[in-house]
Amino acid sequence: MVPTRGALRIWRRDYESWKRYAPAFVVSALGGPVFYLVAIGWGVGRFVTDIGGVPYAVFLAPGLVASAAMNSASFETTFGSYTRMSEQQTYRALLATPCSVADIVAGDALWGASKSVLAVALVLVITAALGLVTSWQAILMLPVAFLVGLAFGMLGLVVTALASSYNSFEYYFTLGIQVMFVFSGVFFPLDSMPSWAQTAAWFLPLTHAVTLCRALAAGAASAALLAPAAWLAVMTCAAFVLAERLVRRRILQ
Amino acid sequence: MIARVTANGLVVEARGLAKSYGARRVVDDVSFEVAAGECVGLLGPNGAGKTTTIKMVTCFLPPDAGALRVAGLPMEPRHHRAIKRRLGIVHQEDSLDPDLSVEKNLTIYASYFDVPAAAARRRAAELIDFAALAEHRRSRIRTLSGGMKRRLMLARALLNDPALLVLDEPTTGLDPQARRLVWERIRQLKTRGTTILLTTHYMEEAARLCDRLIIMDGGRIVAAGTTAELIARCVGDEVVEVRLADDADDHARFVAALAGGPWRVERAGQMVYVQLRGGDGDERLARALVGREFTRRCATLEDVFLTLTGHSLRD
Repeated sequence: MVPTRGALRIWRRDYESWKRYAPAFVVSALGGPVFYLVAIGWGVGRFVTDIGGVPYAVFLAPGLVASAAMNSASFETTFGSYTRMSEQQTYRALLATPCSVADIVAGDALWGASKSVLAVALVLVITAALGLVTSWQAILMLPVAFLVGLAFGMLGLVVTALASSYNSFEYYFTLGIQVMFVFSGVFFPLDSMPSWAQTAAWFLPLTHAVTLCRALAAGAASAALLAPAAWLAVMTCAAFVLAERLVRRRILQ
Repeated sequence: MIARVTANGLVVEARGLAKSYGARRVVDDVSFEVAAGECVGLLGPNGAGKTTTIKMVTCFLPPDAGALRVAGLPMEPRHHRAIKRRLGIVHQEDSLDPDLSVEKNLTIYASYFDVPAAAARRRAAELIDFAALAEHRRSRIRTLSGGMKRRLMLARALLNDPALLVLDEPTTGLDPQARRLVWERIRQLKTRGTTILLTTHYMEEAARLCDRLIIMDGGRIVAAGTTAELIARCVGDEVVEVRLADDADDHARFVAALAGGPWRVERAGQMVYVQLRGGDGDERLARALVGREFTRRCATLEDVFLTLTGHSLRD
């Protein structure tokens, strides 16, 4: 049940297998956020005076950073992990070694979280160069990206363990990831929504990721940020327990 | 020399193993042993319970009942890690890392067993030679042939110098040349004293490689012994194969002519197999065979298998 150093060995395997595809990753990690910044940040932003005293692009950028963390880990532990679980039979090969299901789940989620950190680092460089992120506290978005990546990595593994084919991910990406992308405060402040919608948004992990990133981008770090961080940590643990159980049921029978 | 891995020299001890999926009992009261240095073959038609048995021995499936010890440890979740540390498993389906080179496939896999990096590279180099893949050390997996992949799977299972090597249908899907090369490697391992438990559908493979065979059907063990013992006990010395004409009366006449003889008669469609012991009843058989197309040959493991598990098609 508790992951061991096997998880780090699996992380290494995932990294070694990925290396040759790094250029494709850079394109996909930067493409989305940059296009949104240009089209929505400046394109739509010209018709928006400001939000809470900051230009719209400055408001939007940290939300896109949080989304980048969500997307990288989510793709890795759905399409990537599903490929390892079924097409390549990697999980079976791993279970023939001292590695356990807990090691596999933790290893894949750690790798997903690492990709989130990498993606956020790339996006941060661009946003900082464009002057959209001004505080040095933005560096703290890297550990935040790790936490967000771990949370979405675990969620992705829950979905993967339940998926019957690649097509199953359509549900998760449309009804989960897409919904979070538009209703977690990336594009507009949550307090402009009715209170029931704000309550619902509190249950979305991306909401807390956006809260963290926006505060750090503005240099407004405070003890209040421990709450969203704790929310994500608790969700990560719960999803790990669930994913471990579901993957075990799926392959050890 | 055979390393003694356990106090009593047994690498696998299974007593009364059972496993059910819902109401279907797929393994029922299975007891067997594998001693250090032995190569034991598990045979049986599809659905006989071979794979389920293998899964239980390799920590992939908890038994519902029975006692199981592998590499000297009782099969309990708290021992899984220690047991798996001492197992080498080659699954039926290839599970190599397609984006890694041949060498990386081995060194990364060795890390799961906590083999230090330098030792892993050394061991990988030895096993690449063993698997006759030296020219492909840096190749990616997708460029390898089926036979090369199998050999690499075998090499990968040897990285931790296992106390027990488990091979689940090691040559299924290979062409005859590739199969022979895998057999040769397995024989090489046997001479080094590696303990092996394998499943196969190929009688030739079982007869060539295994010191002892266990034949399963319907979740139970129906016979066990060496190839020679099984042939002597279940079939006899020779078999006469007769192809009958497509004529029901002729069938009946031929079977009646053989009734009560010192042999056993097995039928499968148009074919009749007369299993003989010694030269008994030769004259009577010769009379019955007059004018018929037949072959007389030594009894084989295939005869044992078909006699024990029937001639009908299993899906």
